[in-house]
Amino acid sequence: MKRFFSSALARGLFWQFVGTLVGAGLITGIRALMGLSVTDKFFFTEPAWVLGGFFGVLFFMVGTGVTDDWIKWARGIDTPDHHEDRFEGWEKYVNVSLDHKVIGAQYAITSLALICIGGLFALIFRVELAQSQLQFLTTDLNLFGQNGPQLYNTLMSLHGMIMIVSILLGIAGMINYIVPLLLGAQDMSFPRLNAFSYWIAVPAAVLLLMSLVLGGFDTGWTGYPPLSARAPVGMQMFFLGVFTAGWSSILGALNTIVTVVRMRAKGMTAFKMPIFVWSAVATSIIALTATQLIGLSFQLVMFQRLFGMGFFDPAKGGNPILFQHLFWFYSHPAVYVFILPGLGIISELLPVFVRKPLFGYRWIAMSSMAIALVGFLVWAHHMFTSGMNEYLRVPFMYSTLLVAIPTGVKFFSWIATIWGGKITTPTPMLFVLAGIVVFLMGGLSGPPNATVSVDLHLHDTYFIVGHFHDTIFGGFVFPFFAALYYWFPKATGRRMNETLGKIHFWLMTPSFLVLTLGMMRIGLLGMRRRIVDYDPAMGFDSTHMVLTIAGFLIALSVLIFLYNFFNSIKNGEKAEGNLWNSRSPEWQVPSPMPAHNYEIPFEVVGEPYDYGLADAPYTKFMKPETGKHN
Amino acid sequence: MRHFITVGILVLIAAALTYFGLTAAGLMPVEASVQSISIDWLFNYEVMAISFLFALIVVPLFYSLVVFRRRKGETGEGQYFEGNTPLEIGWTIAPLFIVIAFAYMGSYSLSDIRRVDPNATEIKVTGSQWAWKFEYPNYGVTSNELHLIVNQQVNLKMESTDVLHSFFVPEFRMKQDLVPGRVTEYRVTPSLIGSYKVRCAEICGTSHAYMEAPVIVTSAKDFDAWIKTQNAPAADPVANGKKLVANNGCLGCHTVDGSKLVGPTWKGLYGSQVLLADGSTVTADDAYLKESITNPTAKVVKDYPPVMPPFALKDQEIADIIAYIATLK
Repeated sequence: MKRFFSSALARGLFWQFVGTLVGAGLITGIRALMGLSVTDKFFFTEPAWVLGGFFGVLFFMVGTGVTDDWIKWARGIDTPDHHEDRFEGWEKYVNVSLDHKVIGAQYAITSLALICIGGLFALIFRVELAQSQLQFLTTDLNLFGQNGPQLYNTLMSLHGMIMIVSILLGIAGMINYIVPLLLGAQDMSFPRLNAFSYWIAVPAAVLLLMSLVLGGFDTGWTGYPPLSARAPVGMQMFFLGVFTAGWSSILGALNTIVTVVRMRAKGMTAFKMPIFVWSAVATSIIALTATQLIGLSFQLVMFQRLFGMGFFDPAKGGNPILFQHLFWFYSHPAVYVFILPGLGIISELLPVFVRKPLFGYRWIAMSSMAIALVGFLVWAHHMFTSGMNEYLRVPFMYSTLLVAIPTGVKFFSWIATIWGGKITTPTPMLFVLAGIVVFLMGGLSGPPNATVSVDLHLHDTYFIVGHFHDTIFGGFVFPFFAALYYWFPKATGRRMNETLGKIHFWLMTPSFLVLTLGMMRIGLLGMRRRIVDYDPAMGFDSTHMVLTIAGFLIALSVLIFLYNFFNSIKNGEKAEGNLWNSRSPEWQVPSPMPAHNYEIPFEVVGEPYDYGLADAPYTKFMKPETGKHN
Repeated sequence: MRHFITVGILVLIAAALTYFGLTAAGLMPVEASVQSISIDWLFNYEVMAISFLFALIVVPLFYSLVVFRRRKGETGEGQYFEGNTPLEIGWTIAPLFIVIAFAYMGSYSLSDIRRVDPNATEIKVTGSQWAWKFEYPNYGVTSNELHLIVNQQVNLKMESTDVLHSFFVPEFRMKQDLVPGRVTEYRVTPSLIGSYKVRCAEICGTSHAYMEAPVIVTSAKDFDAWIKTQNAPAADPVANGKKLVANNGCLGCHTVDGSKLVGPTWKGLYGSQVLLADGSTVTADDAYLKESITNPTAKVVKDYPPVMPPFALKDQEIADIIAYIATLK
């Protein structure tokens, strides 16, 4: 316990607390001198909380020590290129490390923690929704300054954003851990920036959770003004949290692109890279260039609240619809940020378990880039009912439907990959296959939303809720679990329990299908999104009860997974060799991976997925005299 | 080759079963507007395409899992083939045509539902947290119920006084946001006599779920009868007060049964002692209630936010509302 309290994580959280008080105190002092009010419903005034939140993040980052080397460089002090990890075991993961594998694991574990928090919120409001009328989130409730329906709105909104942040951390975890290994690199291109990108996500998550106790907010994760301009002070913490998390995303993406461009093994030309690297690049291009827009749009609302700047206030010449354009210019491409790495995992793992080459490698690689490109041209399909110019709706209908083409290429190529293979179905492969089916359901329920007239009915109903839970589970959650089961032995030298893995799978998959199909069903019949209560006359009670039960079964399956995950780190069956009989370079060396990856560098001499072709290796490890570092 | 024929047949069977299964389940609510027919027409083709594409992927997937599974004791790798460019071009081009066809049908359906009838009646719709108000300029009637004549197009001119709302009647199949600072338009031709509800579809705060109002589609005769009852002033001040309260959206924040919403309940309010935010108390008499309607922030009740906008009502109307509140014991 003592060692935890001296860890970078504990220090950071302590300093974030101090920083919040310092920032808030500063504004409070200035307000006192100016004769303005110094306290409010949640002790500090809103401007004090905002500067406090901002200072908290700065203090956190300096407090953890992740900026130490930069500060030393600025003062003219040299530091070694590599820091050897001073810690062993669990302590390695709560302290600052520059090793991409440790950072990858930190990302993944933080992502799982946030999935648990976001999932818990979902379970709370699913219980409320199991029956019509208000059961426990009643108007008499008063928790954190919120009555029941307001608390419902806060939990529902936070469920959305906490899950989005957990997805961003989850994909960053996969990219961080896997990409340098696939490339044959020793680390990411900028190890310190890499650590910074991870650690800044932690105070961001704290800010998001702070919004819950500071009056919450009732806008949904989209934060549309004018409602967001009127919400309690929790809204500002939400904006600040997302703004901070955006830094993690942007800097991580920058690092990934540079690493892929600069640090590939000898002979690894663009079309000889493992396919996951392609999807990592495509996703990073979007994250690097679009994330600014959500930060900007939230910042404008923050300023509208703090300084009375009427960007989105019609009374001051502002325009509420402008916000939606700015917001969706990121938030639609963001969906492709969430799913592209998962689709890359599917393409990466399929050949291993069907023992056949990936069908149409170049087409799959290019389809990722095409999805990234088209993703920038479709944002206004979220706004067909918004009151924007009517004629804008037609070109956005065409561009949106175009997304189906590169996505179709992926599906057809996967099926052609599976066709004629010698298929085995251990746990990672099961999650890959379910990922394909679930993502297919998400993909096929998309085009009706793209055609304007049908969308006028579907927009803001549970049909949309079902649709995007399908795309996110198919494009992220299932592949993420597949990746965790698949690379777990690489990280630990042990494998996760196969029986528990199968129980996890067979519990989660049917429950999830019931959940989203049920959502789409009531959505078509008129169930609106984001409502704490529904008209009993609509007859949705029994369906909602089924949805709630399905939600709890998913939660149970995730608990089984977590037990399996943490138990297997110490007690799992040893698996130090090429467990899955993969051609990929990281499986050609013993597990767990040593600190600086490959002790002998490799060069690429063949195609990555030539399963079934004799004498066609992908990589060849160089003789030691050719140089230790490539 | 045998595999391809088997899978082809299975795909067709699965597609047909999926399509008939989905449509037999009854996917949409009743069609109550002319526009809903065009929307359901397009949606039906989409369900058809979805059923086919679903079968096209899922059937070969499960077929492969069974036929190409690694059997016990089997070794060796799968068949070696890396790709097929004509095939890839084929499954890029073919969906392109499907996509363009659906985009065309989508444009056609959109122009169909936006078709303007020059004789359409205009009705002014106002959304505010958390109530709907409908004004009939031709009749000088204001109501919290939307009454429409069957088979006559109406053009709803919609405004919001505070935040975004969205006018959504599932049976009409359409929704349109209300945006502060501009007027948005919702054209609909009701086609089925009946009683429906408009439900706000854009989250608008605490009581968003309850921002609903009746939409009643009637014959022209019944509509005229309804207009007559609206125009006749209620002789009874309490009944008139009750109507005013409903039409002005007061019940979005105040209850009459003692439960707590954004504002204090009215049950037992009249004549009671009210504790204010500044710690003082005041008796809820006629003068206090009148001030709380015309200048709500003058005296704010403890533990309630000062968010109520002032209401400009006639003195007689305020007196009627107070008379109504006084009956709520």
